[in-house]
Amino acid sequence: MENRKFHHSLKIREDLCVGCSHCMNVCPTEAIRVKNGKAIIHEEKCIDCGKCFAECPSSAIIIEHDEFDDIFLFKHRIALVPAIFTGQFPEDISFRQIHSVLLDIGFTNVFEVENGAELLSEAINNYAAENPDIKPIISSFCPAIVRLIQVKFPSLVDNLLLLKAPLDISAMFLKKEMTDAGIPEEDIGIFYITPCAAKIAAIKDPVGEPSSPISGAINMDYLFNKVYHQVIKKSNQSCTLPATSILTDTARNWSLTNGEARNIKGRSLAIDEIHNVISFLEKLENDEITDIDFLELRACDQSCAGGVLTPGNRFLTVERLQKQQIRNSQLAKGQKHPDAFRSILEEKEYLNERMSVGSVAPRSMMKLDENMSEAMKKMDQVNQILKVLPMIDCSVCGSPSCQALAQDIVKGDAELKQCIFIQRTMEQKGELDPAESNLILRNIWGFEKTNKYRRLK
Amino acid sequence: MEFEFIVEGGNFIKAGTASSQLKKILKQLNVDPKVVKRVVVALYEAEVNIVAHAYSGVVQITISTESINIRLVDEGPGIPDINLAMQTGYSTASSEVREMGFGAGMGLPNMKNNSDVLNITSEVGKGTIVEMSFFLNQ
Repeated sequence: MENRKFHHSLKIREDLCVGCSHCMNVCPTEAIRVKNGKAIIHEEKCIDCGKCFAECPSSAIIIEHDEFDDIFLFKHRIALVPAIFTGQFPEDISFRQIHSVLLDIGFTNVFEVENGAELLSEAINNYAAENPDIKPIISSFCPAIVRLIQVKFPSLVDNLLLLKAPLDISAMFLKKEMTDAGIPEEDIGIFYITPCAAKIAAIKDPVGEPSSPISGAINMDYLFNKVYHQVIKKSNQSCTLPATSILTDTARNWSLTNGEARNIKGRSLAIDEIHNVISFLEKLENDEITDIDFLELRACDQSCAGGVLTPGNRFLTVERLQKQQIRNSQLAKGQKHPDAFRSILEEKEYLNERMSVGSVAPRSMMKLDENMSEAMKKMDQVNQILKVLPMIDCSVCGSPSCQALAQDIVKGDAELKQCIFIQRTMEQKGELDPAESNLILRNIWGFEKTNKYRRLK
Repeated sequence: MEFEFIVEGGNFIKAGTASSQLKKILKQLNVDPKVVKRVVVALYEAEVNIVAHAYSGVVQITISTESINIRLVDEGPGIPDINLAMQTGYSTASSEVREMGFGAGMGLPNMKNNSDVLNITSEVGKGTIVEMSFFLNQ
C-alpha cells in the first residue's frame, strides 16, 4: 500500500509546456516543480483539484478523460449528467433540447446525477445519529477534499462521511434497474459528464472502495462543445421529453455551495474554495473550532458550478439552476416519458443497504521520513538550510518556496546552488564559475529562457 | 530538538500560533496523527490560558523519539487554588474574555485529558508554570 501509485487525471503535455511556473505557484499542496524548462507534477502530493489546469496560459495541462467513442463499446449507453451541465447553456436552451441532442450523438439514456442525492439527506442524518462521537462529520462529496484531508490533515480522516456520493448511488441504481430488466451487465455503459479532474480520479481510483460502477468519464467542456454545436444546428426541430424524473430542489442544488449542509440537522457549515477550506481545517485540527456537526467542503469556488471543466460563468450557472426551481414547479404533472426510469426512491432499501464505503487511510505528504529519528535529523538539516535562504519565495530555483527548496535539497532532489541568491554570493567569493551558474539555471528553466538576452546581443 | 515561542498576554488574535507551528513540525516528523491532535489541543488550551489570564509567557518544547515535553512559563496573577481550577466548568475568566467565546472552564481539564503527564505549579502574584508530557511509545 505504501508505494502504490495514485491515479491522477491531470497530465502535463511536454510538447506544450513552456515552463512558465504559473501552475507551480498556484498549487495548494506544492506538488509542482520546474525542471529542464518543464513543469512536473509530484504524484504523491497532487490532490487533483485542477488549480494548475485553470491557471496554465499554454493549455499544456490536460485532464485525461475517456474517448467519447468508447461509449459505443456498450449496447446501452447512459449519460450520467450533473445538474450544472444544463446551467452551462444560454437560458433559452431547454433541458429538453440538451437531452435530445445527447440522444442524437449516441447516448441511449440520460440520467441526472443528483437523483442519487434524493436519498442522501436522510442517509446522512441517520449516519450522524448513529455516530454521535464524530464531530464534525466531514462530507466526502468532493474527491479533491477527501485527498486533501488524506495528505495534509491525516488526523481528520476519521471524520470523513463514509457514504457514497450521488454519482455512485445513481450508477448503482441504473445498474440495478437495467440488470433487473434482463440486460447483461457487460452491455451497460455508464458515462459521467465531469466538471472537474478530481471526479475522474475518484472514478479511476476510488478512496475507500475497490472499484467504481462508472464505466468512464467525459469532460464537461468537451461535451458542451459537441452538444451546443448540435443544439444550434437543429434549433427549430421538435425534441423528445426527458426520460428522467424531475429533481427535487434539494437534489438539484446538491452540488452547489450549501447544497448538502442546509439539509443536515444540527449546526452545519458550508465552505467552498480550496484555500478557504485549508485555513478552516487548520483551525478545526487544533480544536479551535468546536461544536460543529456537519461540514460541507468543496475545492472550487461556488462548488461544482466553478469546476475547472465548466465552460460557463459559475455565478450564472448557479442563477440558472435556481431559476429552474420555479420553472419545474410550473411544469405540468403527468408529462413523463414512457421509457423513463422509475424514481430512485423505489429502490431506497436496496440502495441504503449499499450506501457505505470503507474507511479512508491517511497518506501524509508532510513527513520528512517514515522513521522519526531520521525525520528529526532531516528537520535539523532543513532548518540549517533555511537560515541561508532569502525567504522571499521567488521560485527561481524551480521549487515553489524557500521552505520547499530546503526540503527538496534534504530529499536529494535539489541543490543549494539552485538558489539565485546563493549563486551570486558564490560567484563573488570565487566558489562558482559564472558559466556553471548559467548551466544551473538552464537545467531548471531550459535553454530558451536562459538564452534570450544572449541572442539579442 | 528544542523550540521556543513567545505568547503575548491579551492578544487573542495570535492565540494558537505556537500550537499551529508545533503541529506543522510534528507532522513533518511523522508523529502519529492521533498524538499530534492531543498535543495540539492541549497546547492550544494552555496558550489561550496565558492570553486570557497572564501578561506574557514562553512556550518551551522539547521533542525526542520517546516523548514531547512542553513547558509554559508565564508572568501573571497565578492560580490561588489549582485543585479548584482543575474542575470542569470552573473559570475565573472575565466577562470580556467569555464574550469572545473563551473561559468556559474547560482549559485545565482538557489539558489533563489530552496529556500523559500534567504538572502545574503557581505562585500568586508572580505566575504559573505548566508542564505537559506526551509519550510516543514507538
